[in-house]
Amino acid sequence: MNTIIKEIEAPLLKSNLPKFDVGDTVKVFVKIVEGGKERTQGYEGVIIKHSGHGVGETITVRRVFQGIGIERVFLVHSPRVEKITVQRRGQVRRAKLYYLRERTGKATRIKEKVVSRKEKEALAQAKAAPAKAADKAPAAEAQAQ
Amino acid sequence: MRLGLMGKKVGMTQVFDKNGLAVPVTVVKLGENIVTETKTKEKHGYTAVQVGGFKVKEKKLNKPELGAFKKKELAPMEPLKEYRVDDVSSYKVGEALPLETILTEGMKVDVRGKSIGKGFQGTIKRYNAGRGPMSHGSKFHRSMGSIGAGTTPGRVVRGLHMPGHMGDDNTCARKLTVVRVDAEKGLLLVKGAIPGAKGGLVVVTPSITKWN
Repeated sequence: MNTIIKEIEAPLLKSNLPKFDVGDTVKVFVKIVEGGKERTQGYEGVIIKHSGHGVGETITVRRVFQGIGIERVFLVHSPRVEKITVQRRGQVRRAKLYYLRERTGKATRIKEKVVSRKEKEALAQAKAAPAKAADKAPAAEAQAQ
Repeated sequence: MRLGLMGKKVGMTQVFDKNGLAVPVTVVKLGENIVTETKTKEKHGYTAVQVGGFKVKEKKLNKPELGAFKKKELAPMEPLKEYRVDDVSSYKVGEALPLETILTEGMKVDVRGKSIGKGFQGTIKRYNAGRGPMSHGSKFHRSMGSIGAGTTPGRVVRGLHMPGHMGDDNTCARKLTVVRVDAEKGLLLVKGAIPGAKGGLVVVTPSITKWN
């Protein structure tokens, strides 16, 4: 990429992002404005697509909610995306998991990735940290629906 | 004419506004924009300022061009552009155009440049014409249809859309918002796309006052 563009993008990029990849189950905490007030909403699902680089990096997160598949695209470095936590690492053999769209129930399971003990501990720690925010999120989600 | 600034298109990226929404921007690296000559009513019959866009190496210019710069004790510059102004007294040869007063954040600008050349193209790409079926026995694929009637009028109407050279035209993208001006680095961020390839010359001028 052009060095000038890199310079412009550098202050916009987040440095505290966890390592995530296609197949991982993640929880994305998004800021939403509701009735003039701002609050954070959690959205959990499987990353089925990871594209772009720099500021334009996005992930597509898929979840099945009340029997209906929902896919949301998140701009990873956006200030509206407060935090991303990895819930579970997945072992997949595709870069794009579009095949999940045609499957339901047990067929959508993804094999868990075998990770080092160190990484496992870090994962558990990250998962535990946003516990408070996560408690609030499901109720809020129900409201939004 | 309003004063403008010459620059080079760097490429596109996105930045975030104060609400946290992504704004697509094109980055323009502005040139030096140094006044090389002022034209006066008495001497030239009209008033204007001549501006050099970018400093270049001596070998890039020919002898007569270099001679003009030597005479004024200026560094060689390219390209030269004239802006018609009513009063030239505030512009001095060798001084850069005032970036801050010409461009400010949030204002509307017009960006002129040369569009990317597409070569010789057919009517489908060039004028968004339709095409025939590509299969099922069809022999009419991407070619033009009829170009007119027969004996009456007995000629092809002028300006009919036909295949030919596309792109590499002077184009103007109007009413674009200035997102950021970085005078120190000579960078300009304009919302949206602007004409031309990366590295291409563009001239940024404020839009007419109706919008500013």
